[in-house]
Amino acid sequence: MGHTIALAGNPNSGKTTLFNSLTGARQQVGNYPGVTVEKKTGVYKINGLELTLVDLPGTYSMTAYSLEEVIARDFIATEKPAVVVDIVDAANLERNLYLTLQIIEMGVPVCIALNMIDVAEGRGVRIDAERLSDLLGVPVVPTVARSGRGKRQLMEAAATAADIPSRAKGPDVSYGADIDNALSEMEPLISEAGFLVQYYPARWVALKYLEADEQIVSAGQAADPVLSSRLVQIADRVASHLSATLDTDPESVIADQRFGFIKSIIRQGVVRVDNEQNRLYLSDKIDRVLINRLAGPVIMAGVVLLLYHLTFALSEVPAAWMESGFGALRGLADAHMAEGMLKSLVISGIIDGVGGVLGFVPIILLMFVGITILEDSGYLARVAFMLDRVFKVFGLHGSSVMPFIVSGGIAGGCAVPGVMAARTLKSPKERLATLLTVPFMNCGAKLPVFALLIGAFFAGYKAWVMFAVTVISWAGALLVARLLRMTVIRGEPTPFIMELPPYRLPTLQGVIIHAWERTWQYIRKAGTVILAISVLLWAMMSFPTLPEQRAEMFGPGQQAELARAELQYSVAGRIGTSLEPATSLAGFDWRTNIALVGGFAAKEVIVSTMGTAYSMGEVDAEKSSGLSARLSNSDHWSPLTAFALIIFVMFYSPCFVAVVCIAREAGSWKWALFSMGFNTVLAFLLAVAVYQAGSLLGF
Amino acid sequence: MQKINMRQMKQRQSGKISAIRARGELGRRMRDMGLVPGTVFTVKGRAPLKDPVALRIAGFTLTLRNSEADFIEVEVE
Repeated sequence: MGHTIALAGNPNSGKTTLFNSLTGARQQVGNYPGVTVEKKTGVYKINGLELTLVDLPGTYSMTAYSLEEVIARDFIATEKPAVVVDIVDAANLERNLYLTLQIIEMGVPVCIALNMIDVAEGRGVRIDAERLSDLLGVPVVPTVARSGRGKRQLMEAAATAADIPSRAKGPDVSYGADIDNALSEMEPLISEAGFLVQYYPARWVALKYLEADEQIVSAGQAADPVLSSRLVQIADRVASHLSATLDTDPESVIADQRFGFIKSIIRQGVVRVDNEQNRLYLSDKIDRVLINRLAGPVIMAGVVLLLYHLTFALSEVPAAWMESGFGALRGLADAHMAEGMLKSLVISGIIDGVGGVLGFVPIILLMFVGITILEDSGYLARVAFMLDRVFKVFGLHGSSVMPFIVSGGIAGGCAVPGVMAARTLKSPKERLATLLTVPFMNCGAKLPVFALLIGAFFAGYKAWVMFAVTVISWAGALLVARLLRMTVIRGEPTPFIMELPPYRLPTLQGVIIHAWERTWQYIRKAGTVILAISVLLWAMMSFPTLPEQRAEMFGPGQQAELARAELQYSVAGRIGTSLEPATSLAGFDWRTNIALVGGFAAKEVIVSTMGTAYSMGEVDAEKSSGLSARLSNSDHWSPLTAFALIIFVMFYSPCFVAVVCIAREAGSWKWALFSMGFNTVLAFLLAVAVYQAGSLLGF
Repeated sequence: MQKINMRQMKQRQSGKISAIRARGELGRRMRDMGLVPGTVFTVKGRAPLKDPVALRIAGFTLTLRNSEADFIEVEVE
């Protein structure tokens, strides 16, 4: 039996590196209840004691401002970890201690890891850990998370702090006369009523009322409305007094006093600086080039292209292995199973479905290796910084760029890792708008469809049409993002107050753990749902079966015609046929409709289903020249129809693998269903507009 | 010594925050990141389209949009 220890700290303080170093591969990744924020736990053994470590989300503060902060705060208050280990960046002491002070305010035992002490020393900053410990009243252990230096001492100190039942009382911070008086008035009222005290210390609750903390005030309102109103009254009185006398508010005063307290501690001999202050560090020198207004964008384009090409080129090899592996499995089932529905289910439903799920694994893994390297090195924040101005216009965020590019902003990506890459976005509204618009990009699976149609109807200007297709998808995605941000995801832009972390070499362990976790989550969570949908789609394209007497009408040489008739008779075929009156407005007949229904499974399926619908048998998506010739000779088809179909395929519902990922990342199926419905309607309207306008103009 | 708006500051110019007029969420976010009156900083650079701006504060670098910098009043030499 051991203690639970929570790891808290600023983003970029080395918290995750320390957590990885302490727990190694023995980590469990889950989600905090009801939200998409990851919860990582692991175990550290020391002196026969098993300590359970929980990696809280990185935060700068403990207000109820962001989801991460609420989660970290709730965990400390309700789960009552034996100790909170606060990881503090030694090279950046003042700002990091702001969070420390707020954790101490919560009345839990705290132990400070003075991390990256080597970096601070390298800068000529010497920190007296003992002095800091005396002044704050909590143990302070210098550490270097990367090398593991000090981690054992840290865990010993944490275990000791957990064993001492009398909680070391933190320092008494004065928030100035106005606030202090109000606190003294409120604290006894709260203690006597036992108001919220099961979770929080009385003084802390009083402080939160003065800060007008929405979460605490509404919890208080529910627990004891009378007392809560009384506290709000006192807080309002202080607020109007401060507003009248000092033109400020309690929140600002409290924050100023906290920083004042920290400054006074630091001045009491905690920090000694050997060199002159504010000299340029290595990161600043690198930034002179990498975020230079001229060189910066050029280098960025190069880095992004390199990441993109490496990922897709390297993933081709393992993807081909998997494909041939599943091909062999398919062959095995084909050779050893009796003809019939069960065989069809196993081959077309299960093997193809599982193959479809696992086929994405190499690309997701490699994409996250690349993105983790960019993120951990600090470069991704610079990319967001340079591009924010552009994306802001469309209601997005500088960090939206990666998901867009990965999804196929440079033709040939994939929306599945693209959607998952949106996790680097911390602002909820911008993130949702990104999730919903990245599927408009031209992923690798849409390209064979475009290649087929361009080959058949625009063979003379392939490059130009491909270029136009890329421009249209970007324009469409950004404009739709703007539209969404003005309607269903309305709201002020999230502040772009962001840290540009110092450049650091990513750790191998960090990159591997991170990329593997993402991939494993995809396999485990998305995989099951995707398999079920795959079987459902198979059933839709196979049932009901053609009545025997009709099937008998096809001779042995008419396999392809039989397949066409079977497809037309199935649920999917009937849907396609019944939609024909509507889709003819865009120039699509029932054959195209069935192919588009199949395309919901995976866009690659569009080409092969069209092949079946045109009685050509199974058409390989990569070798579609026969079908291409067939289309260009058909009366039904014109370049205009082809263009309308290109537009439709570009914008309609994401494939269901992407839909499942959107549901997971957005935290609700509501948005996934929205993306299916909205995108399909939008695509249809655009295709109709293109077809009708084109017809009027005589194309 | 004069007081100007942060947006008007030039590349590599240093200053000291004298007042922050942002309230609510934006104000809180600024304080949490260490932007409080008395903070000394240097403008490290601007993005290619002149927005956002990167500020170098004692131990770290922060970025914010011009529309957010408008709330910050700075004392400069």
